[in-house]
Amino acid sequence: MTIQRLYKTEAIILKGFKLSEADKVLTLYTPDMGKIKAVARGISRPKSKLRGHVEMLTYSSLMLAHGKNLDIITQGQTINSFLSLRDNLWQISCALYTAELVDRFTPEHMENRPLFELLRDTLHTLCLINNAELVLRYFELHLLEYSGYRPQLNNCILCDTPLKPTTNFFSITGGGVLCPDCQYKESLVQPISLNTLKVLRFLQNNNISAATRLITTPRLLLELEQLIRSYIRYLIERETSSSKWLDQVKKLTQMEQKEK
Amino acid sequence: MNNHPVQVAEPIRKLIEEFNKLPGIGPKSAQRLTYYLVRMPEEHARELCDSIIAIKEKLVFCSICQNISETDPCAICQSSERDHTLICVVENPLDIMAMERIRGYNGLYHVLHGVISPMDGIGPDDLKIERLLSRLKTEDTQEVILATNLNLEGEATAMYLQKLITPLGIRVTRLARGLPFGSELEYADEVTLTRALEGRREI
Repeated sequence: MTIQRLYKTEAIILKGFKLSEADKVLTLYTPDMGKIKAVARGISRPKSKLRGHVEMLTYSSLMLAHGKNLDIITQGQTINSFLSLRDNLWQISCALYTAELVDRFTPEHMENRPLFELLRDTLHTLCLINNAELVLRYFELHLLEYSGYRPQLNNCILCDTPLKPTTNFFSITGGGVLCPDCQYKESLVQPISLNTLKVLRFLQNNNISAATRLITTPRLLLELEQLIRSYIRYLIERETSSSKWLDQVKKLTQMEQKEK
Repeated sequence: MNNHPVQVAEPIRKLIEEFNKLPGIGPKSAQRLTYYLVRMPEEHARELCDSIIAIKEKLVFCSICQNISETDPCAICQSSERDHTLICVVENPLDIMAMERIRGYNGLYHVLHGVISPMDGIGPDDLKIERLLSRLKTEDTQEVILATNLNLEGEATAMYLQKLITPLGIRVTRLARGLPFGSELEYADEVTLTRALEGRREI
């Protein structure tokens, strides 16, 4: 059987780095092949026909040719450029954060269609609304789930008894919630309020549009963010690069709103 | 390198090693360049040497616009013929060369030396943004032109700068976005075409 030289795929462009004067190596996230790297030739040249279709965070239909080392992108057509994301600093920063998480959580050439759909839908939702915090939390929770780290939020992870409606404890190392009786049996635990637990469960069991309709308080949002971030930090063994930037932009946006 | 299989003269081995450190030059190219230099007339070799030393010794960063220059402040910042109320913000010194080539811009520059790239961990603190802001507070600037690249990171940097500069009461503009000269509509992407349509002009 001969291998076809060209193949087609849809992809979301996660990031890219310069290979030479005009060429770039792009990291793509595809529905059928997971994360792959491919070369886009000559895209820094003004006359490049490909450039706009393979810009970061664009959802495109691509034609690739098998290369000796990396595959080469030969044609591209934008499916969705998430245009309204690009005019808003906060939304684009959120989108970059989701792209970094996908990049960090996935190995190359490992198909994960639900994760692809999650990323695509998240970018789409980020275009539509302004309050992106809950969308990010929804994304993080489901990314964890599709990568095999779904937090256990219903029963205590040690004694398996259903959690009572009180302040429980989240174990980062155990990847789930401990009841008050078991909290001392694990290291790295932090208290989790009942409301936070409820929101986490809601996000875990609903779809993304339900997540955007949820009404929360700033304090609750902060607790959610800190909890999931510390879990992610433990899993990838470092802080995500874009989270620092995200915090800076958030502060700037809040200051702007206050002035208005 | 210590157990080099072939016995070569020490100066040659050393130069090969040095060439090897340059980007895009592998061991074979390094060898070829070295042996080419061996046969080169001495005065040419000296010129090459001197130019390398010169870029290290004579070049400084202009304390005003952060461009690489022979003098501090640089020739552009010193020039009395240029419009000192206009500052064009670019990513790197090569962008200044591009802007200067058009001969149509008569204001000053500010080089950021990079672009905000959250995924690579490059934030505003790693760029010369603080310098730009202190410059705007002391100089009599009327307009800032944001000329960062028109990709996602350049746009994010421009939006960030706009948020910081607008409260200072200075006019902030962005280079026009649309179709490049000599391009074909058929191959234009959605973002470019949308921008081009938004920014259409009467002729």
